Amino acid sequence: MPADFVPLLLMLALAAGLALTLLLAARYLGPRRANPIKEGAYESGMDPIGTARQRYSVKFYLVAMIFIIFDVEVVFLYPWAVSFQEFLAAGEGIGVLAVVSIFILVLGVGLLYDIRKGGLEFD
Amino acid sequence: MDVPYWLLAIIAFGVINFMLISASVLVYAERKVSGYMQNRPGPNRVGPGGFLQPFADVFKLMFKEDIAPRSASSFVHSLAPAVMVVIAMTVPAMIPFARGVVIVDNGVTVLIILALTSVSVYGVTMAGWSSNSKFSLLGGLRSSAQMISYELSMGLAVVSVVLLAGSLSVVEIVEDQARGGAILGWNVFRNPLGALIFVITAFAETNRAPFDLPEAEQELVGGYHTEYSGMKFGMFFLAEYVNWFVASFVIATLFFGGYLLPFEPQILAAYPGLDGSVLLGLLQALTLLLKVSFFAFLFIWVRWTLPRFKYNQLMTIGWKVLLPTALVNVLLIALVVVLFMG
Repeated sequence: MPADFVPLLLMLALAAGLALTLLLAARYLGPRRANPIKEGAYESGMDPIGTARQRYSVKFYLVAMIFIIFDVEVVFLYPWAVSFQEFLAAGEGIGVLAVVSIFILVLGVGLLYDIRKGGLEFD
Repeated sequence: MDVPYWLLAIIAFGVINFMLISASVLVYAERKVSGYMQNRPGPNRVGPGGFLQPFADVFKLMFKEDIAPRSASSFVHSLAPAVMVVIAMTVPAMIPFARGVVIVDNGVTVLIILALTSVSVYGVTMAGWSSNSKFSLLGGLRSSAQMISYELSMGLAVVSVVLLAGSLSVVEIVEDQARGGAILGWNVFRNPLGALIFVITAFAETNRAPFDLPEAEQELVGGYHTEYSGMKFGMFFLAEYVNWFVASFVIATLFFGGYLLPFEPQILAAYPGLDGSVLLGLLQALTLLLKVSFFAFLFIWVRWTLPRFKYNQLMTIGWKVLLPTALVNVLLIALVVVLFMG
């Protein structure tokens, strides 16, 4: 089985080679005439005020956290989706579907709770 | 695998070059189609009909100075465009171009596609953070929030496809769509809601209009690549167009029968000698290319039809409309499988 992933590694290596070539082209082909104005951060013509490495809205963390929770739950659905037809062939389809329905219901209630609590309000 | 690795390497090299050329053609197509949609000619000076314009642009970008802010983290600043290009160029390896013509076929290719596309969020975030510029940071944050929000619905739409095919292999998903006779086996007919959700999320994942908030130039200047110039900017540009092309490939493959010809069983019944021949392979590749061209055109069409969403609208659509719909769709497809395939 590991041999099945060699073509993927091959493709990754070739793509990395392309990226490296382009980066080297960016480094060596163009002129290099630096001056302080060019090397400043762009702020629509003004001198940059402070650094960009400041705290930013907690909303983004909230989205990221909710994403992780839901994404893990979506990952749980994949093994079921792959083997569902086998369960069906074995005559256990309805029972498995009921279990998954409960799982998705719990997911849905979680999403509803999040929406009602205002966790996904953006302005 | 009975194909030697050196041959695979040559094919992979060919695919990467094909993607590079396609990106140039897409740039030209987008500028030309946009031009005609706005009643202007578009590029028409370099080469016949302006066809060589994108190639000229690439050379221009190559010989431009590569400027980075002094306050940027130089390693991450260079790593971000590399990540974007590598991801965009690797996904085509999982796409079957004709029956039996695919670089990676190991039974979990759908998962690999999803995994790779989620890695491109890192490229965007790193580009936004490393530039140490406020426009870049805001663009990067917005973009990553948008991409992860729509990834959930995309994952769930793919779950419904996997349910129908009973496999995680892209090749088997395509072959599974051949079962409906002519074209009715295509997933878009068996799973229309899933197809719609997937197409919408594909627009959002590739940061294309109307989901191009990360680059909303009126408020964010250039978005996460504000501080990139020269070929490094060109790499983001390249990755964006390749992603767009690859997204068209994935839509066509998962939902529109991939390389399957319309009415393929009937054609094969009429011309039995065609089965397994090189001609059939060429026809299949051509069919796939036609389907992909349609979706590539759709991306341009939508861009000049719909206005950009506001940020709160974007999040509302992603979390409160698409995600619940995708959850219901998974159950719906499971019911379809129980009723019609049991």
